[in-house]
Amino acid sequence: MKLAITTSGETVDAALDSRFGRAPKFLIYDVESGAFTLLDNAQNLQAAQGAGVQAAEHVARAGVDAVITGHCGPKAFRVLSAVGIKVYTTDLPTVAAALAAFKAGSLSQAEGADVEGHW
Amino acid sequence: MIIAIASGKGGTGKTTVAVNLALAWGAPVWLLDCDVEEPNAHLFLRADSAQQEIITVPVPQVDMARCDACGECSRFCVYHAIVAPGTKPLVFRELCHSCGGCARVCPRGAITEVARRIGVIETSEVEGVTLVGGHLDVGVAMSPPLIRAVKARIPHDGVALLDAPPGTSCPVITAIRGADAVVLVTEPTPFGLHDLTLAVQMVGALGLPMGVVVNRVGIGDNRVHAFCAAHHIPVLQEIPDDRRIAEAYSQGIPIVEALPEYRALFRQLAESVTALCAARRFVTQGDGHEHRGGGETELRPLNPATGASTTEGANANVRV
Ligand code: SF4
Ligand code: SF4
Repeated sequence: MKLAITTSGETVDAALDSRFGRAPKFLIYDVESGAFTLLDNAQNLQAAQGAGVQAAEHVARAGVDAVITGHCGPKAFRVLSAVGIKVYTTDLPTVAAALAAFKAGSLSQAEGADVEGHW
Repeated sequence: MIIAIASGKGGTGKTTVAVNLALAWGAPVWLLDCDVEEPNAHLFLRADSAQQEIITVPVPQVDMARCDACGECSRFCVYHAIVAPGTKPLVFRELCHSCGGCARVCPRGAITEVARRIGVIETSEVEGVTLVGGHLDVGVAMSPPLIRAVKARIPHDGVALLDAPPGTSCPVITAIRGADAVVLVTEPTPFGLHDLTLAVQMVGALGLPMGVVVNRVGIGDNRVHAFCAAHHIPVLQEIPDDRRIAEAYSQGIPIVEALPEYRALFRQLAESVTALCAARRFVTQGDGHEHRGGGETELRPLNPATGASTTEGANANVRV
């Protein structure tokens, strides 16, 4: 199972970025092997509109099964649910903490967008 | 003749100037409320009846039976308004810029365009002023198509005053592009000067002649005047800081009606503005281009290097 976690850093100890569409990077984590790769989202940081949609497309292509982030807007959520990617939201400070909580089954799955889109 | 009335920020009295200028014009005039996110000219020009027109933009609709999830549409759309992440596409109508490209590139002919309502245009007549106001629907984020629709109502002859949205972003540029002159309304305060500076840069970049109306003269300082002098921008008119003006405003009564002694001030402004437009005609003469038309004519800056010298050219013919 593959997870995409929003982050501003490059390791599992880095901070979890609370934004989905405008997170600098996604840490793509393989739960079975513990290996991870980084997916750059920099071009999206500048997007005036549609950053969430674009980020969702990105992680969908990376073939992840779930996303862990702070907040997820309505459009990104629609794209993610259309392709069957689960969204978990958390306010834990680091990627590692979020991963531990995920493995322990204590992260709650988002039922819908929890923030308005950005304009 | 198209005159845009703009300001670097809201609340400077832009609509007040537009409405009173229209009422004092002395000849039939069109007033176009292009501040479609917050139109308020109609609050001062109350008509008994208004003609309503619904404005729509074309957006894609996908026939899922025909679509084979090839993703061509998604790859084409730079706005991410149609997205096919390995599946059949999702359409985000609110992000769509109605370019029609996705329908063209779809190899299966699965995309048709359907109308999406974005707002209404209301047209009414009050005392020789034909008011055309765009009202953007709640939840619609993109105002330029509606602003263009309002501007498409500009008559080919005659005078149109255009109440632009505040600020210096996309909607404002959509509104003022194609105007013969721009009137910038500001207040004589440090904040007013800051926003005026941005607005002057924007108008200069578009190469349009401009003049300034200083509202609420008496508050603040003289830095706005100094700025205008330094940049050769004419101060077309000064409106004093008069408590009675604020009172009339709060009751939705135009100044020229509540306080007829101000009519002359707006008449004078009408003349200065006309002179500014005439100066532009003079400046642009001989380049063989008709700058007027459907209200959305592209204007080339007269002097691309310094928009300012355009204004200087205009100023040569304006005395205030
Ligand atoms: S019409 Fe243009 S902007 Fe709208 S979805 Fe199609 S390609 Fe994108
Ligand atoms: S281009 Fe046409 S067929 Fe291909 S995914 Fe888009 S709608 Fe479907």
